[in-house]
Amino acid sequence: MQPSNEQLLWMYETMLLVREYEETMVKVYLEGKLPPHIQKGLAFDIASGPVPGEMHLAAGQEPVAAGVCAHLRKEDTVVGTHRPHHFAIAKGVPLDRMTAEIFGKTTGLGRGKGGHMHLFDPDHKFSCSGIIGASLPPACGAALAAKKSGKDWVAVAFFGEGAANQGSFHESLNLASLWKLPVIFVCEDNKWAISVEKRNATAIASNADRAVAYGMPGIAVQNNDALEVFEAAGISVARARKGEGPTLIEVKTDRYLGHFQGDPEVYRPKGEVEQLRRDDPIVRLGGQLRQRQLLDDARDKTIRARVHGQVEQAYEFARKSKYPNPSEALEHVFV
Amino acid sequence: MATTRKLTMAQAVAEGIAQEMERDARVFVMGEDIAKYGGIFGATGGLYDRFGPERIMDTPISETAFIGTATGAAAEGMRPIAELMFADFFGVCMDQIYNHLAKNTYMSGGNVKLPVVLMTAIGGGYSDAAQHSQCLYGVFAHVPGLKVVVPSNAYDAKGLMIQAIRDDNPVMYFFHKGIMGLPWMAYFEGATTEVPEESYAIPFGQARVARAGRDLTIVTLSQMVHKALVAAEALSKDSIDVEVLDLRTLVPLDIDAVLNSVRKTGRLLVADEDYLNFGLTGEIAALIAERLDSVRLKAPIQRLGVPGVPIPYSRPLEQAVIPQVAHIVERCRTLMGAKLAHAA
Repeated sequence: MQPSNEQLLWMYETMLLVREYEETMVKVYLEGKLPPHIQKGLAFDIASGPVPGEMHLAAGQEPVAAGVCAHLRKEDTVVGTHRPHHFAIAKGVPLDRMTAEIFGKTTGLGRGKGGHMHLFDPDHKFSCSGIIGASLPPACGAALAAKKSGKDWVAVAFFGEGAANQGSFHESLNLASLWKLPVIFVCEDNKWAISVEKRNATAIASNADRAVAYGMPGIAVQNNDALEVFEAAGISVARARKGEGPTLIEVKTDRYLGHFQGDPEVYRPKGEVEQLRRDDPIVRLGGQLRQRQLLDDARDKTIRARVHGQVEQAYEFARKSKYPNPSEALEHVFV
Repeated sequence: MATTRKLTMAQAVAEGIAQEMERDARVFVMGEDIAKYGGIFGATGGLYDRFGPERIMDTPISETAFIGTATGAAAEGMRPIAELMFADFFGVCMDQIYNHLAKNTYMSGGNVKLPVVLMTAIGGGYSDAAQHSQCLYGVFAHVPGLKVVVPSNAYDAKGLMIQAIRDDNPVMYFFHKGIMGLPWMAYFEGATTEVPEESYAIPFGQARVARAGRDLTIVTLSQMVHKALVAAEALSKDSIDVEVLDLRTLVPLDIDAVLNSVRKTGRLLVADEDYLNFGLTGEIAALIAERLDSVRLKAPIQRLGVPGVPIPYSRPLEQAVIPQVAHIVERCRTLMGAKLAHAA
């Protein structure tokens, strides 16, 4: 299955948007967190600044989001992880309301109640969770609802290679296969579960090999490449829409930043990130687009300007938005 | 005049589910052995024959997966009922319950609705030991985001189940095995009641005075309501007039009903089958303690619950730790004889 020109350009622009968003967040996140604005003696204060709490950024992992979401419609469901921005952006979640949520503002997706790991956008059927492995069961639920309604909608559960050792993974794969649910399980193997390498956590080399144990096809995407992800996802989404059941995809992708922002990454081999960045999937796709005459300097400049404008506007919207009234903390437990 | 007939609590639960399934195509049930078997404790008896496998779905032993599936399906507009076979099993799936089902509505600022009913069997007294005899509704009432419903009889069970299914929020529905009216477990026959054939809903947050009285109040729920009524009958022979208040729901809690009763009697026993420590009995006692400017107690509050031990297997041991009629009677007599440190 070959991507159309529109899809190619969409993937390129989406990945650029994610990358710029995440790299902007690297800077914004640090605002207010460093000396001298913080408690004396501390090098960093996680609680301070306009974006407090934990921050998990997906720079380097753009191809997974772009390659999969290129096949999805608004009615398809995506459930993401604690590292959710690339999935949300690729699914079409409005950047301004997402950023406002991350800033804890009342204009955010969850009125500031969820924050960066708990982004909910029912209009775009996007949700995510801070609990490892928690994306798989609700994706099965969305798929079950689609099946019961007779629609050809699909659900995608994204999770990491670390999550593939959690019970929810095994239960969900079995259930989805047993009930032939239209769900695609996409494992982002970025090698690192915080500081623990895959080979020190998983008994086998490839999670795609686990698929056979659950009665579904497994596809191993060996490169951090949007087109390769696109192909694997295309096969899987088509299967699901036809009622043929679930598929497991594992993509070897690259986590350019720490597990969380502030992570000193002492566990990571020296030079690893520099080496990964030399094979940037966005640069690679850009080169391929140029080869196909879909991209030139002028067009690239236009795309990048548009992306930059969207990112700037989103962050400005978040900064300008108001915080919720403290009394709101007691609201919305129940509807 | 609408017809009634006597139903066991199990039949009443199943009838409530059936009537809502007839009315609303979005309602379906998932759980272990809930299809042809009809649920280990009868909660889905007869439903498979009526609605078939598409809507009465047996699941693998995968609580995390199917409770998460219920959550995900509810987010898409369906109205699932999931059965957790024993409340004791919540350990294998609690993350999906308390971190997701309970919290997604709040974390989304009210944008995500999760109309899920999670029903489960509770209670001991029949020698099922530590991992199969617990009540645990205190745990679920403690964490925010779940409504907690605990019926004591068939009439309430049907009305509360219908209300639960119609509620757009996650509802935990706890049915005590010892009042379901199962043909294979001794039960309190008072739980089997007249149940109207038509559909009806009982609002949450409304306790029921099971027995009106003047001398002391027993606040209780579930199977313990029946033990309290037996105790009240015994005490009436000594001219002690006991009021028994059946809470019916813990979240929301009908605190006004509790206050009205205690203001009338001045003496309170909270009788619970859940663990004594850090639970329902402490919550009720604290709610009274915070209102001593408007509630006059004649005696210190009495609390009965399982006293900080796992539920033992051997019958004399189990009967010693799960509050019994005799324990209730004893505590009521204590209440009648007790005085405050500084009487008014």
